[in-house]
Amino acid sequence: MSVKKIELEKIGIDQEEKERAGSYMQVDSGVLRCTVKQEGVEIYPTREALETLSDAKNYLWNALEKDDSLGDFSNGYFIVVRKGVKPLFPVQACLLIEEEEKQHVHNIIVVEEDAELNVITGCASVPQRGKHIGISEFYVKKGGKLHFTMIHMWGREVEVLPKTAVVVEEGGVFISDYICLHPAAKIKAYPTVYLNGRGATARLQSITVSTPGSYIDLGNRVYLKEAETRAEIISRSVCFGGTIIARGHLIGEYPGVKAHLECKGLLLSDKGVMHAIPELEGRAKDLEMSHEAAVGKIAKEEIEYLMARGLSEDEAVATIVRGFLNVDIIGIPEALKRELDKIIEMSDSAM
Amino acid sequence: MLKIEGLKVNVEGKEILHGIDLEVPEGKVVTLMGPNGSGKTTLIMTIMGFSGYEVTSGRIIFKGRDITHLPVHERAKMGIGLAFQRPPVIRGVKTRQIVEIAASVRGKEVDPYELAQEVNMEEFLDREVNLGFSGGEMKRSEILQLMAMDPDLLLLDEPESGVDLESIGLLGRAINKILGRNIEPVEGKSIKELKAARKKSALIITHTGHILNYIDADIGYVLIKGRIVCSGNPLEILRTIEKYGYKECERCL
Ligand SMILES: Nc1ncnc2c1ncn2[C@@H]1O[C@H](COP(=O)(O)OP(=O)(O)OP(=O)(O)O)[C@@H](O)[C@H]1O
Ligand SMILES: [Mg+2]
Repeated sequence: MSVKKIELEKIGIDQEEKERAGSYMQVDSGVLRCTVKQEGVEIYPTREALETLSDAKNYLWNALEKDDSLGDFSNGYFIVVRKGVKPLFPVQACLLIEEEEKQHVHNIIVVEEDAELNVITGCASVPQRGKHIGISEFYVKKGGKLHFTMIHMWGREVEVLPKTAVVVEEGGVFISDYICLHPAAKIKAYPTVYLNGRGATARLQSITVSTPGSYIDLGNRVYLKEAETRAEIISRSVCFGGTIIARGHLIGEYPGVKAHLECKGLLLSDKGVMHAIPELEGRAKDLEMSHEAAVGKIAKEEIEYLMARGLSEDEAVATIVRGFLNVDIIGIPEALKRELDKIIEMSDSAM
Repeated sequence: MLKIEGLKVNVEGKEILHGIDLEVPEGKVVTLMGPNGSGKTTLIMTIMGFSGYEVTSGRIIFKGRDITHLPVHERAKMGIGLAFQRPPVIRGVKTRQIVEIAASVRGKEVDPYELAQEVNMEEFLDREVNLGFSGGEMKRSEILQLMAMDPDLLLLDEPESGVDLESIGLLGRAINKILGRNIEPVEGKSIKELKAARKKSALIITHTGHILNYIDADIGYVLIKGRIVCSGNPLEILRTIEKYGYKECERCL
């Protein structure tokens, strides 16, 4: 097996593992690497964890309802960071499709009490077709913090159907950054976060780009179930063609909780479809839930303002698109930033 | 430097400028006054080449070249710098970035912080362009960007409106510096000689004339209802308007 054909650094994977607390790499259904460099962090292929760890099965189909229709999963990662452990560097996980038609993984992350972890997951495919089913269940215990960065780089005809649920306990923090610049033919995902403990918070950001032929239906849902829970969902998408459905759903179930949803899309093609569906659902009193949604093209006035400073029209558009995606707020790898720049330059031809 | 001949301009299909003749000679500062809605901003936006300002007849000559149909950024590169009356917000782009852009397209390298100090904008460098800026802050940001561009012709659309008195002085000095006008007598050259060596020009739109306390203007024009009705000594024009209003200016015809 070789993974050379994909430039792994673009999906956040450092093959030398220099600044990593550990790595998990799976190609098709085979586990290629599973290493740990930090005490208190444990990484297993999920099948192995279920056999060797006594409590592993408690995390299987716990956050998500069991779905037998999906069939057997081939593996996936099981990552635990033990109580109070705060690794300096992130754990990286990489899921590649190289030859097989279908990849089916079940991923589990457990952040124990007062522990912290940053996980960078890169998913990519060599062939242009295939199907990726990824089941993910994350658990953030009391006072824990999980920063989950996911970078997708799929071939043009890959179907991606992930299912994700996250349970956050008292005072826990869940941060998710999702970046998909190489749009698959079809992505459909609606991760759900349950803020189950007092003061738990979630911040979910996603950046997506669609091109002709792609169909991206992406959202985030957060249940605010306890006192003082907070949630923020930010989605930014640029449509050069194809369809983007940007969803967001906040459900406030406890009095006084606060949440905000921001869905913004730039539509740069007459043939593209950009559909923002923000939903706010209050189920208790004194809630503060708000949303901001906007779909549009770049204002001529802004382009010309930058042109008056000397940028060509194409450069001005690219500068505005880059600013719109505002990737600086997300700590994405340098190689991916360069990739993003290349994609943004597509805006030249799209205008 | 800039010569406008018989310029007629339509906005949204309606003629706003009805044949403008105006000249900004090299090294000179020209003022443009006129009532609200008379077409001053329209004229300046047309000189810069913005879409939505359709030239139906006439020409704009800059540095001897007909630029009437040149794209906006080409004009900027040639050395025209515009300070907007109402600049737009550019989300996600930092003020520092736009200062760097402005300098680099003119082939210059600047230290944004150093420039910002001159107009009290250090703290704005990391803010998104014009986002939440107060009226006066936007004006300072505009001048900051022009400092980076170092243009040969400055188009200033009400640079002092909304600016506090102290900051007007600051802006005046900054503008003079771009124009190369803050000159002290030096050995071997009299102020007169230095004045004669001035190369940079400006077209300044002003209602109050406050900026003229800091910048010596050479020529004044008055625009009413899309027509130049008067030209002459800028301070005289200002005093006349102050005393008698634009009615008297119209008689200048
Ligand atoms: N996009 C537009 N659509 C319709 N009318 C416009 C448009 N832009 C400008 N105008 C009109 O053109 C006229 C001239 O406007 P302009 O902004 O040039 O005036 P001005 O002299 O700069 O005024 P002020 O002193 O208030 O800034 C006004 O009557 C204005 O309403
Ligand atoms: Mg105006």
